Parts: sequence; C-alpha cells; structure tokens
Amino acid sequence: MNITVVIHTAPWSHQASATALRFCEAALQAGHGIYRLFFYYDGVHNTSTLAVPAQDELDIPAAWRALIEQHGIDTVSCVSSALKRGILNDQEARRYEREASNLAATAELSGLGQLIEATAHSDRVVNFGA
Amino acid sequence: MSALHVVNKPQSRSQTLRSCLRLLQPGDALLLIEDGVYACADTGENRLLWQNLPADVSCHVLQPDLDARGITLPLTAFALVEDAGFVDLVCRHDKTLSWF
Amino acid sequence: MTEEASGNSEPRTLTFISRRSPYGEDYPRACLDMVMAAAVFDQTVNYVFMDDGVYQLLNGQQPARIHAKDLSAHFGALSLYGVENVFADHQSLLERGLENAALAMPVDVVDNARLQQLINHSDQVFLL
Repeated sequence: MNITVVIHTAPWSHQASATALRFCEAALQAGHGIYRLFFYYDGVHNTSTLAVPAQDELDIPAAWRALIEQHGIDTVSCVSSALKRGILNDQEARRYEREASNLAATAELSGLGQLIEATAHSDRVVNFGA
Repeated sequence: MSALHVVNKPQSRSQTLRSCLRLLQPGDALLLIEDGVYACADTGENRLLWQNLPADVSCHVLQPDLDARGITLPLTAFALVEDAGFVDLVCRHDKTLSWF
Repeated sequence: MTEEASGNSEPRTLTFISRRSPYGEDYPRACLDMVMAAAVFDQTVNYVFMDDGVYQLLNGQQPARIHAKDLSAHFGALSLYGVENVFADHQSLLERGLENAALAMPVDVVDNARLQQLINHSDQVFLL
C-alpha cells in the first residue's frame, strides 16, 4: 500500500508526532510505501533544524530527517503553516527579510495542493494530531 | 466498505470518543491510542461506555501506549496490537478516521 | 514541486468534519483552508460542522474585538469555490441550543445516519 501521513502537531508538546514516526517506521518495515509526509499546522515544527531537545529525550525532528533520508520519502511542510510559525527556507527568509532560515533539507515548503494530490494518489491517508 | 476509527483522547477530556462512537458502523474497527487508551481501563464507567457498541465493531488498543501509562488490565473486549498491528488495521479498512 | 494535481486521477470525494469552536484556536481556519484547497483541485467536497464546530456557524461574530480575523466571512466564498455540500450535525446543534438559530450560511442539517452515509461515500475523511 501507498500511505500518506499527515502530522498536525509539534514534537513533544503532543504525543502525535512520535506516534506518527513509529507508525511510519512500522509501515516501511512491513513493506508499504509512504507516498508523502505532509506536515500541517503545528506539525511544521517537526521540520525545523533548530530544535534542541534534552539529551535524554528522543530528538524527533532528527528522527524524521533520518527516516526521510533513509527511505527517500517525499516530504512537504505546508508553506502557510510554516511561515506563520517561523519555519523558513532560504528563499522565504530572503523574501521576508528574516535573519535566518531553519527548514530541514529533507522537507520542501509547498501548499495544500500537495496534500490533495497525495490524497488522490494514495491508498490510505492517516492523520496524527491532538 | 469499512472504516478504522482511531481515538487518542479519553472521554473525560472531550466529546471526541462519544462523537466517534455514534458514527461507528457494523464492520468498522476502533483503535485506541495515546491518551485514548485510558478509555479501555477496567472501570465501571468504562464498562458502561462500551456496552452499546454496534454489532460487529472490532475494538483494539495500542499496546505501547498501555504499557507507557501502566495500564495492565484493559477490558478484554480490546485486542492488543503493536505498531505493526496499527499499520495492518489501516490497510485492512478502506479509510482511516483520526479523531483528535 | 508543482502545485498542480495530476491530470490523470479521478476526483476523489473528500469529507472534512470541523469539530472545534472558532477563535480559541486556529484549527477551524486550518480546516477551511483544506476545504478550499480540495475544491480548487476539483475534488468533490463535503464540509461538515459537528460538535463545537457548529459554533463557527453562529451569526453576528465580532472577532475584531479580540484581534482575530472573521472566519465566517469566508463562508460566502465557498459556493464560488464549488463547495455546495455543507452540513451541520443536528445533534450538535441541539446540544448547544442552536437548532433554531439563524446561521451564518445555509447548511443542510443532517442526522447520524446521513453522516454515516457521507462517510461511506467518501474516499477520505479528515476530522479537524
């Protein structure tokens, strides 16, 4: 099966993003494909490179980056959610004259059209939120 | 045609579980995850909550979330699943409705 | 990455169930944005208000008083986007004393059975 996973919440604040990570790992292990990872609303915080969790906590954004890289997963951080929350790539940082960019190289900023497209082409869509 | 309903909140927190319950249909599956697993702890109130489930709705609970919360005796109506079982449920049902 | 949906796929039927009251959190707006995106990309859309989501339909909202944007102001654009199937759950209206209230836009008030039918006829269901 090809599964699209949508994550709505930030790491650590709610359990959802950690659950989604485990779900994706299990799905890939079972031989399914992740058609797209779509980070929406507060979920875009999972695609920031600047989070510094405690040493004894799972580094969720890093775990996402590793999973995405290992499996070549198409990953989108919703641009309107991201901009609002200060998750910017270089282009947007320049466009809006912000001091820095922080979007993970493993994610692309794009719109809800990518979620709709994924919904049209995936066998399953699973949302994780709070 | 059937749906998997995934609920991550107990009924004490919000209307979420109650709303999910009234939209369940025969053949659907219900999976409790995260804080939703408190709803299958063996208590009088929880027993009342589940007594009017539609026929032919399978109930499941995500074991890692039970273990994390120290719930050792969930109601027996709930089948314990690991993460692989969660994936399996998603695939077995035509769509997944995530209630949060 | 292009914004265009693939021209090869059949439009899907997507149901969005909005369950939260407005202004306390931004989530209702996030749901509306998804509805609009689905419509723009030519999907068949059902927009359902349920639980506290029915509060979004209250007339006479004045969100400027709390420095918020008016969510209900966007409802007028829904039909322009081709979103015609807008529903409110009867039980949710009843529980909140709104069954006779004037609403911010015309909706089909539906019962449980009709909601179940909508779910059955949808390819995907999003609950926000």
